[in-house]
Amino acid sequence: MTWRAAWAVAGKDLRVEVRSRYALGSVLPFAATMLLAFGFALGPDRGLLRLTAPGLLWLAGLFAAVDLFARSYRSEADAGALDGLLLSPVPKGAVYLGKAVAATAQVLVLMVVTGLLVAVLFGLPLGRSPALLVLTTLLGVVGLSALGSLFGLLTVLGRRQAALPVLVLPLVTPVVIGAIRATGTLVQGGTEGVAGWVGVLLAFDAAFLATGFLVYGHLIED
Amino acid sequence: MSMIDRLLVRAGTRGAQRALGWASLGGLAGTAVLGLYVVPPDAEQGDVQRLMYVHVPAAWLAFLSFTVVFVASVAYLRTGRIRWDRVAVASAEAGVLFCALTLVLGSLWGRPVWGTWWTWDPRLTTTVVLLLVYVGYLSLRNVADSPTRRAHWSAVVGVVGFVDVPIVHMSVVWWRSLHQEATVIRPGAPTMDPSMLATLLFGTLAFSLAYGYLMAVRLRVGRLEDHAASTVMSQPSPRARAPRPVHPVGGGPRG
Repeated sequence: MTWRAAWAVAGKDLRVEVRSRYALGSVLPFAATMLLAFGFALGPDRGLLRLTAPGLLWLAGLFAAVDLFARSYRSEADAGALDGLLLSPVPKGAVYLGKAVAATAQVLVLMVVTGLLVAVLFGLPLGRSPALLVLTTLLGVVGLSALGSLFGLLTVLGRRQAALPVLVLPLVTPVVIGAIRATGTLVQGGTEGVAGWVGVLLAFDAAFLATGFLVYGHLIED
Repeated sequence: MSMIDRLLVRAGTRGAQRALGWASLGGLAGTAVLGLYVVPPDAEQGDVQRLMYVHVPAAWLAFLSFTVVFVASVAYLRTGRIRWDRVAVASAEAGVLFCALTLVLGSLWGRPVWGTWWTWDPRLTTTVVLLLVYVGYLSLRNVADSPTRRAHWSAVVGVVGFVDVPIVHMSVVWWRSLHQEATVIRPGAPTMDPSMLATLLFGTLAFSLAYGYLMAVRLRVGRLEDHAASTVMSQPSPRARAPRPVHPVGGGPRG
């Protein structure tokens, strides 16, 4: 029941996004603009850019993702679709999981595009250990989406829009550190410490998917 | 649970508040006297080490406050009693205060001893993340559209924030261990002079009293706020109540 409902919610979200491109359509240009700005801030030194590229990749992804979470709820709240979703007779935890799965898919697209841009603009070598890089990205994105789908809801309920970055950015510190460090090590061809980072990311993902599943219903209650 | 409930009611009374206020004032004055005049200066660091007598208690109280936020948030989510929300927000405000105090005092101490205002030490980094999480917690409280919803939301953040802290700490420790810089010498070597330890414990007691005082005041204010909100909401606004003139004379609104 829970899983079927979660898949239904995720499928609906992704279909809406594929047809409207409401979130990615504006978030991808945002990430690209940010990368350019980072480039301007650091200057044209290839060595420096390559050194900082993993951090810049994840920062651009992170800021754009925070906007994406708010937008995906915003499109849901227009026309009152969110009320229907929240009133539907499925466990609230299932709605959360569906939202998190859909957000993960969208943020993955965002990270892939941003990653390719970083590879081109900053000379980030992505081919050194692709399997571990994909794993790191996936775990990092799941962590971001787990928190973003939980608190993104608060941007559409309430009398004022919640300041999502203020809430989310401190909480995702472990993802920021873990994903950036693991990526940085992997693109240099090393694997030292990557297992530890994968562990940190796994712990984060598990903790917040479980917490989100348990508390999502409380955010909706009036 | 009912015993805690009764304790909370009692802590919010004016008498308890006054007693805690005077006790904490006395305690803090005592800490100042003990820390500045009675205890000898540190052999290596000299007078600057005296900051420890307020820095360490502030740090302990910050962690205590955030633990109370977590416990009260869980209690609120389980029972739905608004009293727990008042406990949580009171403790969060006190915790943000103590946490900021910890960082400022530590920074003042670090400048002469480590030669820098800030270093990316795991404990420092975790503490500053902790502060930002609870600043976010407090900022969220302005957003909700009803007191119940505000309580629900902040309880969720109170739980999530607390769950996050160990993971943040783990990641920061791991991050630092891969990037060795100059190791810092920590205060509080095992051979601490008994008078220093006594002063530290006294300072902790004084800060705990101050925490109790802040909690008592904030709980009472919280109760009054909720009371005021509910009475204002349940009564019609003065304009709506303006009486229609039944009599041509003397029926006008008073005050």
